[in-house]
Amino acid sequence: MPVPLLVPALIGLAFLLLPLIALLVRAPWRSLPEQLTSAEVWEALRLSLVCATAATGLSLVVGVPLAWLLARTRFPGRGLVRALVTLPLVLPPVVGGVALLLAFGRNGVIGQWLDSWFGITLPFTTTGVVLAETFVAMPFLVISVEGTLRAADPRYEEAATTLGASRFTAFRRVTLPLIAPGIAAGAVLAWARALGEFGATITFAGNFPGRTQTMPLAVYLALQNDPAAAIALSLVLLAVSIAVLAALRDRWMTAS
Amino acid sequence: MTRSAHRPRRTLQVAGASAAALLTLSACSSSGTGSDKGSSPAKPSGTVTVFAAASLKESFEALGKTFEKQHPGTKVTFNFGGSDTLAASITSGAPADVFAAASPKTMATVTDQQDAAGTPVTFVRNRLEIATPPGNPDHISSLKDLTKPGLKVVLCDKTVPCGAAAQKALDAGGLTLTPVSYEQDVKSALTKVELKEADAAVVYRTDVRAAGDKVAGVDFPESAQAVNDYPIALLENAPNPKAAKAFVALVRSTEGRKALSGAGFLKP
Repeated sequence: MPVPLLVPALIGLAFLLLPLIALLVRAPWRSLPEQLTSAEVWEALRLSLVCATAATGLSLVVGVPLAWLLARTRFPGRGLVRALVTLPLVLPPVVGGVALLLAFGRNGVIGQWLDSWFGITLPFTTTGVVLAETFVAMPFLVISVEGTLRAADPRYEEAATTLGASRFTAFRRVTLPLIAPGIAAGAVLAWARALGEFGATITFAGNFPGRTQTMPLAVYLALQNDPAAAIALSLVLLAVSIAVLAALRDRWMTAS
Repeated sequence: MTRSAHRPRRTLQVAGASAAALLTLSACSSSGTGSDKGSSPAKPSGTVTVFAAASLKESFEALGKTFEKQHPGTKVTFNFGGSDTLAASITSGAPADVFAAASPKTMATVTDQQDAAGTPVTFVRNRLEIATPPGNPDHISSLKDLTKPGLKVVLCDKTVPCGAAAQKALDAGGLTLTPVSYEQDVKSALTKVELKEADAAVVYRTDVRAAGDKVAGVDFPESAQAVNDYPIALLENAPNPKAAKAFVALVRSTEGRKALSGAGFLKP
């Protein structure tokens, strides 16, 4: 094995793994049961799971059709639209949060009408958390589903339409079952991203226990005055991430 | 963001222990000779890194410019944030020369870890005020008005000095207040009012003044029960202790005091 490749490879591996090992080494194992049974932790965990799941659901409802539009239709400016869809992937989440405030805030471009017509305000609400997470997580789903759609053979759909199915029926009965694994993988990715969302959430939805304080926010604020609690919370998120990886192992780990 | 690892710094500490010891010695000896007279022979040079409470932003930036003018060849770089966040990053090894906190409690985080060189000194005090959108559209005139139902109020998180002070003021008034959010530092609480997302925030008087006409300030008597002392300290592992000492001296000088009271800070 060539040493010039092996050494940096091992350094890279160690760099990725050491922080996680450090988390385990320094974990307050003795006080862990106590830390993890506190009401605040469960409140934050429950809120995180509910919001991440809702954000994934919302992403599925609008993201799968969006992926279909990008993969199966031709319209001018499609490349640009695809680039715009992936923008939240590379945008710093805090910037996303500021942008959401300016759009959907009480005084925002759209938010001011939501407020004056329907009395709906989104910042500082759980719905605001879901929107912030959807904004950041949906691109993962769209990209994943679009890739699967491109790889899927369109002739099955064409055959269905020549046999008299409408395009929507063909999508529902032929395309969807065909790309189901891609949708599932995209949904898991989006869910994991939503679960870890920090910047957009704290900027757009603020921080209030039980309403908008998700796990990452709780970790961040706990680190200031109670590092042991922060480590305990981090362990929970680490465990969830490992579970997600395990769920995806057939897709990625056996790819080699 | 200053959310780096909190603990894994043992190796660094071990490696830097001898250097730290040397720094302590030099810091002690030089502080003995000329703290008031400024008789240190060598001129300050290089970069001074100052970690300061978010509420000090405007006045410290101005003082930084003054410092660079007074001592050509120096550069002052700032890290402004919630005092608790700054304290946490200092105790986990962030390279800083000076720490100016918005409360003795957050400073204690640093001194408890023996990360400060010498005893911190209170250099200003700050009082709370209610910030509302311009023109005070909800006619808020007291702390009690903030408890009105339907009013969106943001407070600083209780781990941050301005949040702790707000809680103290509320307790003094016998009031309970449920905000819509506990913000991570005073500036983000103020921003929520500037953007008109919140109807009011409890922030420092200096923040209201620094925001100019973007917010209106409402004074309230309970704030007298919750005045914050701001301590400043030279740090143990300061990479540039000489310039750091000169910067602290400027902050505590007549000129520094004038700039700070101009920003609305109270005398220590």
